[in-house]
Amino acid sequence: MSERPVSLPGEPKVDLEQARAHGLAPDEYRKIEQIIGRTPTYTELGVFSVMWSEHCSYKSSRRHLRKLPSKSELVVQGPGENAGAIDVGDGWAAVFKIESHNHPSFVEPYQGAATGVGGILRDIFTMGARPVASMNSLKFGSFEHPRTRYLLGGVVGGIGGYGNCVGVPTVAGEVMFDAAYNANILVNAFCLGLVRKGEMMSAKARGPGNPVLYVGSATGRDGIHGASMASAEFDKQSEAKRPAVQVGDPFTEKLLIEACLEAGKTGAIVAIQDMGAAGLTSSSSEMASHGGLGIEIDLDKVPLREARLTPYEILLSESQERMLIVAERGREAELKTVFDKWDLHAVVIGHVTEDKRWRMRWRGQIVADIPIGALADDAPLYDRPAAEPEAQPQTKISITEKPGTAKALRALLDSPNIASKKWVYRQYDSIVQSNTVLGPGSDAAVLRIKNSRRAIALKVDSNPRACALDPYLGAVGTVCEAARNVACAGARPVGITNCLNYGNPERPEVMWQFVRGVEGLRDASIAFGAPVVSGNVSFYNETEGHPIPPTPTIAVLGVMIDVSKHVTQFFKNAGDAIAIVRTATPSLAASEYAAIFGIDGGRLGAIDLAREAALIEGLVEGAEQGLIRSAHDVAEGGLAVALAEACFNPRAILGAEVELGRAGNAAAVDFFGEGASTVVLSIAERDAARVESLFAGRGLEFAVIGRVIADPRLKISGTLDEGIAELQRIYEDAIPRRLRGSD
Amino acid sequence: MGILDPQGRAVESSLQSLGFKNVSGVKVGKYILLEVEARTASEARDEAKKMCEALLANPVIEDYRFEVDGE
Amino acid sequence: MKWGVVRFPGSLDDGDALYAIAEVMGQDARILWHKDESLGGVECILLPGGFSYGDYLRTGAIARFSPIMKSVAKFAADGGLVIGICNGFQILCEAHLIPGALTRNRSLSFICERMWIRVENASTPFTRATKRGDLLRLPIKHGEGLYVAPEDELRQMEERGQVILRYVDADGRESDAANPNGSMRAIAGVANQRFNVFGLMPHPEHAVEPMLGGVDGLKIFQSIAGSAR
Repeated sequence: MSERPVSLPGEPKVDLEQARAHGLAPDEYRKIEQIIGRTPTYTELGVFSVMWSEHCSYKSSRRHLRKLPSKSELVVQGPGENAGAIDVGDGWAAVFKIESHNHPSFVEPYQGAATGVGGILRDIFTMGARPVASMNSLKFGSFEHPRTRYLLGGVVGGIGGYGNCVGVPTVAGEVMFDAAYNANILVNAFCLGLVRKGEMMSAKARGPGNPVLYVGSATGRDGIHGASMASAEFDKQSEAKRPAVQVGDPFTEKLLIEACLEAGKTGAIVAIQDMGAAGLTSSSSEMASHGGLGIEIDLDKVPLREARLTPYEILLSESQERMLIVAERGREAELKTVFDKWDLHAVVIGHVTEDKRWRMRWRGQIVADIPIGALADDAPLYDRPAAEPEAQPQTKISITEKPGTAKALRALLDSPNIASKKWVYRQYDSIVQSNTVLGPGSDAAVLRIKNSRRAIALKVDSNPRACALDPYLGAVGTVCEAARNVACAGARPVGITNCLNYGNPERPEVMWQFVRGVEGLRDASIAFGAPVVSGNVSFYNETEGHPIPPTPTIAVLGVMIDVSKHVTQFFKNAGDAIAIVRTATPSLAASEYAAIFGIDGGRLGAIDLAREAALIEGLVEGAEQGLIRSAHDVAEGGLAVALAEACFNPRAILGAEVELGRAGNAAAVDFFGEGASTVVLSIAERDAARVESLFAGRGLEFAVIGRVIADPRLKISGTLDEGIAELQRIYEDAIPRRLRGSD
Repeated sequence: MGILDPQGRAVESSLQSLGFKNVSGVKVGKYILLEVEARTASEARDEAKKMCEALLANPVIEDYRFEVDGE
Repeated sequence: MKWGVVRFPGSLDDGDALYAIAEVMGQDARILWHKDESLGGVECILLPGGFSYGDYLRTGAIARFSPIMKSVAKFAADGGLVIGICNGFQILCEAHLIPGALTRNRSLSFICERMWIRVENASTPFTRATKRGDLLRLPIKHGEGLYVAPEDELRQMEERGQVILRYVDADGRESDAANPNGSMRAIAGVANQRFNVFGLMPHPEHAVEPMLGGVDGLKIFQSIAGSAR
């Protein structure tokens, strides 16, 4: 049957102008005409414009992402499905991924963040895994920027509003405030689910003739051209784009989770995929093309929220909480029974074909008929020019203000980037599902696996300041940091997912940042034996020509064999020895100290990945042997801040007395320097020698610098003597007091 | 009953900081639209009252009133 | 004791309650689907936490009309034990099995936090394993936990001992700072006049294992288990 597809009366004429209006470059449009052998219909043009957008096609990044290592003996699923999966032992696979929802969150923060959470959840349960943990990484403009409070409230409200309602605990995250994000905030949402190995679902269609079912919410006009919004910079018209933001319904998502997992158990599901970016279009074309087959859909059968949607709108709609299922022929009714129980639509809308075409019918006519590979596999693949910029950031750090040590410590604890984020995470349910051993407010989150002694640990990290100085070393350092945090909790890093946030890739310097970032991620991933099993790229994070600093956001999954051996960051007993172990010497480059008291220039020190891996081994072994009483990663603010934080034990505030520097001659870099992969440990006196051999024996710098004391004061080198209660008050009130001030 | 309306208070406070100093006593409620099949407006009114009492309002914490459109 | 944990569309802590009762305490517990009218011969009904029906219209307003709630109401009228946790408490109030109502937190924010809860009445089937004045460390996680009731009714409830739990600080004292949501009289849990129906905002099912933060929740479940008729 070769009916020729048609545009519908009243639809605009399809030509180069119309293609340009749809975000397609002239050569892309010509390629489309060449592939299908004629002028596309209006519906086909719309469909190509979203599928070939940066957000859906990864046309600027695909070539480089192939460099990332994605194999290990623990990998159950690498890139190619909706999320990656790692064997975590005892028959369980962890399915996980992180994704961005930056542009919608800037336009409508609550719904943008909420639908970001919804989208990543679907990527997880579409693989048959029950979502058990969420995390997020947020970047806002400076706290003083007029829009920040509104965006902060909206985004946190949206994450909580959606996440709390679906029953998945939000167990960790990071929040940063920096003027670099004044006009481009970042919202990266992570989710992890557990599935029995062997019960994982796939999104590859099989069996010509098998019915295709649409399940979940009815389709409306939400988010039309959401994918192309994510592929364009912001300008003054951005406010007017508000209707393109999707609206989420977490209650329906919860029903969808239960229904899909229950339906999966019937064995009647051949393939399942969520309708995310580019909704019905991407899900149907990807499922068919990955299975090497075709698909035909009758758009009249799609449940609609509004009466008069055109095929173009139906296909491009990003209405939330919808899934597409290929069922075993003859077993549709079985599936429908499950979805009826949960009061969700479940309608047969088409079938799988043999002919490798993507064919859409509406009111008896064909409105789109495209070769199946054209939408996804044949999408443009660019090798964009990458060039290191000539104008380098200042190579000297200059500290314009030279505060005393005590004043500096207080200022750092009061800085929103360091201070307690309790205001944020109090709004998240972090305990539902009864698996949270260590929740927010800790280095890494730890979740036990029921009926097993194992546990998983999670951390998400990013370091844009370091990446701005050196996009390669900054990315390497970010992976090291996330892995180190997981090791501090006592877990061995086994897998990575990443969200790579950059500016406009059509600029050679941004492309250079991206390529160097991917190479950094690659090298660190290899060094730790933790493959990158999933990820996401978000380009075009810039406004009026100003890109964000390179921001690769890295989430690491760790596995612990015995959950009872987990380690927290807090000092526990007066008399314990305090030691530091590190791989390099600290620097003020890219530090919070430099950002507050001067100009953030400088050079990052080299990173020895062999030593980084040795540090991680030492931490994991130390925890497994029960030798480490507490371990805290030194991050923003440096060692002095880490020591203070380690004293903020919620069970009983303790103090610390330590020596820094040689002969008590410590400089600002000793107290507040960063970037040296340093961990503060507390150890029973009797174990000090054994712990030393764990690290010094691996070529790492290890030194006992003092003791935990009962007197709740932080005493450093005779230079600093501060009461812990006061320091904790500053730390806990830093963000609340700034928010109060706005009333 | 003097039930606390924290939403109303928050809205009032925001209005005042936007410069609307002459506003007070803000209460936030709900607006529900229903299409009721009935032979007369009076019948529709009775139905509406029953719906409010049974489900739409919680008399412990809410007052309600309704209007019938379209005779 | 045979327990039934009701599952509504949108219930979230039903799994946690089932886990606590069946796995941690080794008791006989099953899920009761909201559309079924049969209670399966259970001796205690638990309405769990969550966002039944998405909290649409008002929290608990739609769940209270689920088919199973007719049976739950009859069960309660016959003296059966019913405990409603968080959303379950909200449903019991909407169903008029417990006086009062739960409204939006004073701060307008959802709060997830461990609280100190003081036992005001240890003579009920739900608190027999405790003593009056005991402090329990239990988590709360809700956006609508502000308990309200008419002043007269509150006074009578206090006199009769229907106020079972109150929010306090670590020293057992009431204060504004220790009241996380602005509940009238810092009320965290109440019972009906007959003391067979109990609603509380804190989550005892999330305080039954030492590794997850504490075991004070066990005392409530043990009280109920010990009250089998």
